[in-house]
Amino acid sequence: MSPSAANHPVLDPLLAPPFPQAALPLLRNPQLRTNVAHAIDVIQAKRSRLVKEKSDWQELRDAASAIRTEALANLDHYLEQFEERCTRAGGTVHWAADAAEARQIILELLRKEMASEVIKIKTMTSAEIQLNPFLQAAGIDVFETDLAEIILQLGDDEPSHIVVPALHVNRSQVREIFARRMGLENLSDDPQALTAAARTYLRQKFLNIPTAVGGANFLIAETGSVAVVESEGNGRMCLTLPRTMITLAGIEKVLPRFQDLEVMLQVLARSATGERMNPYTSLWTGVTPGDGPQSFHVVLLDDQRSSILSRPVERQTLKCIRCAACINTCPVYRQTGGHAYGSVYPGPIGAILTPQLMRMHHAQSLPFASSLCGACYEVCPVKINIPEVLIELRSQVVDQERRQFASIFDPMFLGMKIANLLFQKAWRFHLGQRLARIGARLFTRKDGWIHSLPSLGAKWTQTRDLRALPNQTFHEWWAARTKEAR
Amino acid sequence: MRASLFITCYNDTLFPETGRAVVSLLERLGVTLDFHPSQTCCGQMHANTGFRGEAFSQAKRFVRLYRDAETIVVPSSSCVAMIRDQYPGLFDELGNDTLRREFSALLPRVYELSEFLIDRLGVEDVGATFPHRVTYHASCHGVRALHLGDRPYRLLSKVRSLTQAPLANVDRCCGFGGTFSIKNAEVSSAMLAAKLQDVVATGAEYCTALDNSCLMHLGGAMHRQYASIRTIHLAEILASTEASPWEATE
Repeated sequence: MSPSAANHPVLDPLLAPPFPQAALPLLRNPQLRTNVAHAIDVIQAKRSRLVKEKSDWQELRDAASAIRTEALANLDHYLEQFEERCTRAGGTVHWAADAAEARQIILELLRKEMASEVIKIKTMTSAEIQLNPFLQAAGIDVFETDLAEIILQLGDDEPSHIVVPALHVNRSQVREIFARRMGLENLSDDPQALTAAARTYLRQKFLNIPTAVGGANFLIAETGSVAVVESEGNGRMCLTLPRTMITLAGIEKVLPRFQDLEVMLQVLARSATGERMNPYTSLWTGVTPGDGPQSFHVVLLDDQRSSILSRPVERQTLKCIRCAACINTCPVYRQTGGHAYGSVYPGPIGAILTPQLMRMHHAQSLPFASSLCGACYEVCPVKINIPEVLIELRSQVVDQERRQFASIFDPMFLGMKIANLLFQKAWRFHLGQRLARIGARLFTRKDGWIHSLPSLGAKWTQTRDLRALPNQTFHEWWAARTKEAR
Repeated sequence: MRASLFITCYNDTLFPETGRAVVSLLERLGVTLDFHPSQTCCGQMHANTGFRGEAFSQAKRFVRLYRDAETIVVPSSSCVAMIRDQYPGLFDELGNDTLRREFSALLPRVYELSEFLIDRLGVEDVGATFPHRVTYHASCHGVRALHLGDRPYRLLSKVRSLTQAPLANVDRCCGFGGTFSIKNAEVSSAMLAAKLQDVVATGAEYCTALDNSCLMHLGGAMHRQYASIRTIHLAEILASTEASPWEATE
């Protein structure tokens, strides 16, 4: 395996190592961690400034949450309405039960168009279904048009963030990738020079490739419209120049009414990029003769979403509008970046979404990749109680462990079972405390601290000491004091 | 006034001095204290690690032990957050009507220490003296679950001879997260290193908080690194007076 292949991030939850393992090489990469922290600080500062200027921010969150909740509660109705109105306007709606079906539908549409190349608007849903490698294997060349996605595609890298996918790459690394892959030896790392290089590269694709694949920020049931918001204008190009447009969207992306955009666009831009309004908002409805793509398809992807919808606590996961505010505020993500999550959806939202998309058969380490600090819930513009869902998913993982006999050999599982027995009866708890005090003496140094523990304790003492167990617990002190007073 | 203490598992075992400080502080303020010797744990560790049934049994125990108490004081913000945020869900799913009713009646009487002092007793100046430079670590549950706001700062501002040192990124997690610090020890350590940098940069001699679990995490790293700062629970600062100053237990 070449060094670059060894370092290549694995974002397939079926193949990715568990989070704690995947995080290790990233923690040892100061360049990456600096890039991540810097980028996040910039976005966070902008977001917090713009949120503060909205005196009704909490009301906006309530409104956004209510809109998303209502959309999900009547999802079947709104999806059918969307299909009917989109079809009436000249679009074609396809339903895909899972990733494989979505890929197949898109491939067949492209084959019908005799397409050998496609241009793409940034869509994390297409990364979720691993569309690019599938199309490449079928002989169709895929060209990303989002600047960050170009950087990743040319740099043979993977997204580490859902809004800013190349957030872990800095400017001089971008220069190196562009210089190498575009044959521009004298390229400077000046942002203007870099975007000019990307523009030249892109223009030729926009003008020559008549087929585009994109995603959707929102599907509007009332009008059958699709909305894409972006910063660069490449999406606008993909939506106007090509002959054929294929939109891939998760079924949860529906908004009931056109008017709902008033709230959603306000919270999305502020939460995602720290802007009052994103630079480009494209809205289109079916096909307009003589203007834009003359053939328009929407592929609606279920892929576990309706199963998530049926679960009362987990359902709120689907309210997500992919703004990444939770990711940007997450102290865990801040240290590791996105590749540790082994999924195109990193951070807190990824930690709850990915294992559910995997039907809890894979990515079980992700619900535990959080200190439950609650920062994600505080910033979420649609008020997804991410810690609540994390805890729910943790209990499902533990229920899986309970069904496996081997779990009793797992020190954490065993420790939790023993602790529970102790906590049930005060005498057992007090006996446990006395035994722990005696046991701890073996490890306590002369300075009264424990510097090294075996087994799970070693996980603690690898970076922290632990003060020795005091000779008197609080309840012992209280008992002695009460006795004295008598 | 009467109040019952809930000194949760790790405070009872590892930080008895915090409980003793709460006793000395509240008795000084004229509160008559009870302590139920059969109390053990709030169930937070089990709940947050995914052991829901086990957490429920501990939640049930808490309600049975404290349902008749006038007021319950808990010097640990994360344990109070467990009771407020997670008990309702546990009881809805696994409990019966009686338990739910008893819990709803009990919940408004559960106070975190700084809430009890300011909201229930109405005191900010508890007559404490602590001649040191102190920085306050606002634990996640204190900030985002209990919304303690400026309560701890108000209490600290009235302590004689104490200088407050503001902490940068004060609402960022220290990386403890209970079993997170074991299951994701390396990431937790990276978060801890970042937090410690901010804490040391304050130039404070003491880092205080309303939750010993964060302080155990921070203090463990401070001790490992021979940092020129140590941890102290806010109750111990507030218990410290000119006549009876705080003494390090180590």
